[in-house]
Amino acid sequence: MNGNRAIEISNLGVSYRMTEALRNISLQIKPGRLTGIIGPNGAGKSTLLKAMLGLIRAREGSVLYQNQPLQQQLQLVAYVPQRSRIDWTYPATVWDVVMMGRVRKTGWLRSFSANSRHLVVEALKRVGMDGYTNRPIGQLSGGQQQRVFLARSLVQEANIFCFDEPFAGIDRKTETIIFDIFHQLADTGKIVLVVNHDLGESITNFEDLILLDRQLIAAGKRENVMQEDYLYRAYQGKVVFFAKN
Amino acid sequence: MEPLQYSFMQRSLIMAVIVGIICAVVGSYLMVQRLALLGDAISHSVLPGLAIAFILGANIFVGAFIAGVISTILIKLISNKSNIKEDAAMGIVFSAFFALGIALITVIHKDNKIDLNHFLFGNILGVTWTDLRDTIIIAAIVILVVVLLYKELLFYTFDKLGAQAVGLPVNLLDLGLMMLIGLTIVASLKTVGVVLVLSLLITPAATAYLLVTRLHHMMFLGVGVGVLASISGMYLSYFYNLPSGPAIVLVASVLFLLALLFSPSQGILTHLQQ
Repeated sequence: MNGNRAIEISNLGVSYRMTEALRNISLQIKPGRLTGIIGPNGAGKSTLLKAMLGLIRAREGSVLYQNQPLQQQLQLVAYVPQRSRIDWTYPATVWDVVMMGRVRKTGWLRSFSANSRHLVVEALKRVGMDGYTNRPIGQLSGGQQQRVFLARSLVQEANIFCFDEPFAGIDRKTETIIFDIFHQLADTGKIVLVVNHDLGESITNFEDLILLDRQLIAAGKRENVMQEDYLYRAYQGKVVFFAKN
Repeated sequence: MEPLQYSFMQRSLIMAVIVGIICAVVGSYLMVQRLALLGDAISHSVLPGLAIAFILGANIFVGAFIAGVISTILIKLISNKSNIKEDAAMGIVFSAFFALGIALITVIHKDNKIDLNHFLFGNILGVTWTDLRDTIIIAAIVILVVVLLYKELLFYTFDKLGAQAVGLPVNLLDLGLMMLIGLTIVASLKTVGVVLVLSLLITPAATAYLLVTRLHHMMFLGVGVGVLASISGMYLSYFYNLPSGPAIVLVASVLFLLALLFSPSQGILTHLQQ
């Protein structure tokens, strides 16, 4: 049973022009376990997320969920891109951005339902941003922006949550809120996949890890992945600090 | 009210107002996507289409639109298939098209009574009822599309990757936006010409951007700025015998300057006082 509800990645490979970004990735991402993707700069962490969802074209391989290609089931996926990739001077309020999470479910030529508005209000409460509904997004701190994006993913009512570097440049309070919600999502059987740059203390929040360096170095339970020889191979001997298990 | 007794002035005013409206709406999308230069590129690129349509006796709006689409495709091809960046690709394509357009018009103007200046700077006083009808049809299409696809276009222009990740057809939305920009530019040619149309696209939208914080507010206020500029520009041109396209553009630019200086949230002088 568990196999069907997991994401099955087989032999995934991605190339940009002439360079190989990811090679021969095969692994399983299980529901109900907070999963981190780690690895050095340029290891292909974001690329793996994007290739899984078809945001960039894979050269080879397959990504299945419930035995069907994941790319054909994007309505079940909530993806949050890197905050730095977004133009935060865009003329929109917190409300507008969270509402974007309801666009697909609402459908073409229709306006947002009362239910959608209710979901947005609830999501903003859940991430502690309920006092900021009408605030222009340009006036938010980095942590607040990230929480707005988290709220947007929550209103999508997805089964699979993918976050690209949600902890980059945010405050402690936001980090705590985000990890709490990640744990809640995992506890309700969702797939929660997070690209994480930081190997510090926060790594202990993850139950499973995927360690990449253009290829798969290790994947599975955190204790099994955080082995010195794996980390040495991924980071090629560069000094790394990581928490003891 | 005096100018309104002439039917050519009535037509020109209606034309200027419609163009002011759709330029502000579509220009808002250009602004928030940082595509101002693409607007400039497309507007210069329509010139050979105008000329060829004129030679063939076809509808010049259609010719201009086709040239605009071809130039956009070429720009994307060059930037996607080579290491040339998009801004350089725009520069290359639009100046080549512009040069071709000028060459064609110079060749054909000897046999026909057409004036290069009218294409470059507009000839709003020469607007016919047919021109007006075509413009109204284009404006209706543009506004209908923006209203019907508002939430999808908001998502797409804010976060392309996010929109793609929920399965929105981002390539179609992109194509749709390019069509809207092309149509709007074509509809504006008679009013301000290919050189100044960028101003009507960007300046009212930018003025509104300094004053409000949501996209649809920006569009509404931009429309107000665009219409005000169109009407006052036409009156200035009537009473002071100025060319109407430049008069409209100058009014819009003054309105922008006022917003830049005195905007409550972002004004340069507002902040000096604090």
